[in-house]
Amino acid sequence: MATFNLKINGKTRAVDVDPATPMLWVLRDHLDLPGTKYGCGIAQCGACTIHLEGNAVRSCQLPVSAVGKASVTTIEGLSQKADHPVQKAWLEHDVAQCGYCQTGQIMTAAALLKRTPNPTDEEIEAQMSGNICRCGTYLRIKEAIKSAAKK
Amino acid sequence: MNNDKNALDRRSFLKASLLSGGGMMLTVSFLSSFKSADKAEALNLPDQWAQLNGYIQITADNKIKLICPNPEFGQNVMTSLPMIVAEELDVDWKNVTVEMGPHDNAKLGAQFTGGSNSVRSYWKPLREAGAAARQMLREAAAQTWNVPASEVATKAGVLSHSSGKTAKYGEMAAKAATLPVPKDLILKSPKDFTIVRKSKKNVEGQKVVTGKPLFGLDYRTEGMLIAMIQHPPAFGMKLKSFDAADALKMPGIKDVFNLKMYPEGFEQAGFDTRTFNDLLVVVGKSTWEVMNARKKLVAQWEPAGDVKDVVGGRGGKREVVVPGALESSQSQMEQMVEYAKKPAQELRKDGDPETAFKNAAQVIERTYTAPFLAHNCMEPMNFFAHVTDEKALLVGPLQAPGWVEPTLSKLLNLPPEKIEIQMTRMGGGFGRRAYSHYLSEAALISRKVKAPVKLMYTREDDMTYGIYRPMYTATYRAALDADKKLIAFHVKGGGVPEHPIHPNRFPAGAVDNYLAEGWQIPSNVTIGAFRAPRSNFNAAAEQSFLDEVAEAMGKDPIEFRLDLLKRAKENPVGKNNDYDPDRYAGVLELVRDKSGWGKPGSEKYSRGVAAYFCHASYAAHIVDMVTRDGQPYVERVFSAMDCGIVINPDAATNMVQGAVVDGIGNAFYGALTHKDGAAQQTNFNNYRIIRHNEAPKIIEVHFVQNDKDPTGLGEPPFPPVFGAVANALYKNKGRRFYNQPFKPELDKAI
Repeated sequence: MATFNLKINGKTRAVDVDPATPMLWVLRDHLDLPGTKYGCGIAQCGACTIHLEGNAVRSCQLPVSAVGKASVTTIEGLSQKADHPVQKAWLEHDVAQCGYCQTGQIMTAAALLKRTPNPTDEEIEAQMSGNICRCGTYLRIKEAIKSAAKK
Repeated sequence: MNNDKNALDRRSFLKASLLSGGGMMLTVSFLSSFKSADKAEALNLPDQWAQLNGYIQITADNKIKLICPNPEFGQNVMTSLPMIVAEELDVDWKNVTVEMGPHDNAKLGAQFTGGSNSVRSYWKPLREAGAAARQMLREAAAQTWNVPASEVATKAGVLSHSSGKTAKYGEMAAKAATLPVPKDLILKSPKDFTIVRKSKKNVEGQKVVTGKPLFGLDYRTEGMLIAMIQHPPAFGMKLKSFDAADALKMPGIKDVFNLKMYPEGFEQAGFDTRTFNDLLVVVGKSTWEVMNARKKLVAQWEPAGDVKDVVGGRGGKREVVVPGALESSQSQMEQMVEYAKKPAQELRKDGDPETAFKNAAQVIERTYTAPFLAHNCMEPMNFFAHVTDEKALLVGPLQAPGWVEPTLSKLLNLPPEKIEIQMTRMGGGFGRRAYSHYLSEAALISRKVKAPVKLMYTREDDMTYGIYRPMYTATYRAALDADKKLIAFHVKGGGVPEHPIHPNRFPAGAVDNYLAEGWQIPSNVTIGAFRAPRSNFNAAAEQSFLDEVAEAMGKDPIEFRLDLLKRAKENPVGKNNDYDPDRYAGVLELVRDKSGWGKPGSEKYSRGVAAYFCHASYAAHIVDMVTRDGQPYVERVFSAMDCGIVINPDAATNMVQGAVVDGIGNAFYGALTHKDGAAQQTNFNNYRIIRHNEAPKIIEVHFVQNDKDPTGLGEPPFPPVFGAVANALYKNKGRRFYNQPFKPELDKAI
């Protein structure tokens, strides 16, 4: 066990855990931030996507010991009032069915738009294909990203 | 097999009569079991909610809370079911909040999410609930104002009288809650709907996009422990011995033990299916610690041999022998080929198919296969349980709380009233969460460790546990006479461990000589309902076969189907045909017209069509395929649905689009195979799920407009996708594909 002082959603949070613990479980089990989802545990589905210094990463493969001073953003910290353009676009297009994968989709999409403010369809497809939606809402995800890009 | 076209009508409890004013009067029996809240209860409800019936609560300051009876797994019932209540209650949707109901079958009905049955089965009861409450509010206003109730009008949550008196519902709610439930109700005519048929946003959308703890895995309580199970590594294996010493030494670990699921001779109800009875359980403080401790478990497994299960249910109590062999997909496939040659059970016969086939000028015979499929809900199986000697609290994702409660009562030796089941939002269901063994496991684990516990399956646990879509095959034969007329049709289907045949489905009823047969092979691989059970294979095979028959007859595939449906309507063959030929033809015509089928403009596409009827709704798709990077790719899809009145059009469109994507994905990639009993796919690195870049760019969804009572939509659009993909693939590759999934077959060809 070791203590880590993590910068999460603009606040410093201390946890005392096994250094190998993936951030996914640090967030869910120790910091009461359940918006980051478990889907596969092997970085194949994207449900656990968070931002590390603004880049989308799979938190199931990120040991807490590797985070250091990097700033972490989870879905809970993406906006104060569900008013990030991507969240608003998700609501506008009523994207979700079961909704389980959508926080991961939103985090991947938000990172994409930060780097590429006006992505082409091909860029969206390339970036979003690491996130599985078992309900098959991919068309709406694409439309929502395009809407968010305009704002 | 179910002949469910009229199932609801037969069970109907309503006597309906049309009123001259266009409304409909109903004599209620569903609501007669409700008691209006007595006076004290009405006035002392927490937060001053006046409860008018199980579905409706109103505060004095006019907040309307509607209760969703059925658990939500993405089909949007938490929005669509309350919309039905709100319509008849006549309130402003903006003032409505929605809450998932408690498990209370007496008050809230069957509470089963599945079988595309939520909207279909709750349409009338929820309209009645809304209408009854509205009438009670009018009566309360009438008594307060001393005017006849018939003179009290409502609009968007406001009561009014020609004298100028008005009151918000909230002002009359407490009084209304003490009035008797009316016996006769007037329901709106569809033309007067102001909420139903108008798209409403998902009531939980905001919570979804902000990551609120909606799902079972998100539920926690103080002092809650995490449990995981280690199940045998293969179907047909059981635990021989284990050594927990090293696992117990791991940090955070509280207990490691062997759990027997059902005691010897336990009578299992229909959905008590469990794959393994003998589990190893690891309980600890956190998920990561339990995951690590599992790696230190030392366990020996051995062949279980034949296992006797006692199964209850509709057929009465009987003993079932589950064979002990360690099965492989290869050997199962060979077994299916052998079984297909043997005589099978006759399920339906019209005319004289034997003679017709003997005299045929041409016989077309094709065999189709499909593998086991794992549901792969994005949220793996999990449940919270806190069981003591006195009571049990269970919280998590499941489709049918009413089915597992009697099982829990027996397993825990607690009366049902001491068992509370709370339903969370489900991260997908697809039928999988109707089998609630994981809930029973959680309860038994909590009782053993005397603590609140969250049982969690890893993705690997979830995928390799079983309860799959069965493995199927079917051989179809068509007899043509010298004029290339279809004179006989024969389907013989089988599977591991059940056959897929619905003997009364199309084209039964449209062909003079018809034979349907089925056979099955017992197996220890457990199976369960998977989005449109059986139909999801039949539509693939039959719709692909009909395409081939149409081609042999020199007919357009849509015209061919319409001709058959015309026959089924005008001069049906046999009895119990379970589809309505007009509605079936309706979706084909709609998709034909919307897609420009047979017209110039779509030359770049390989087009495939398919249609199917199941779960009381009708679906047709046209799939437009191109070659992209050397691979067939479905770029565009047109869909037509007839599910009667569409409650929430935009959400319904979303669900059909999702079903299309799901169907394309499973047609190309879906497969769960075994070697020596062990599942060969364990996670998303080797079980391929359709991804964003593989989904069509356009899925255009059209609904037949009519005023028929609504039927389900979760399953019906799914099955015909497979057939349409197969038929487009034929146009694209110039040869037919008979074995799912198609991708390995395509790769073989290259």
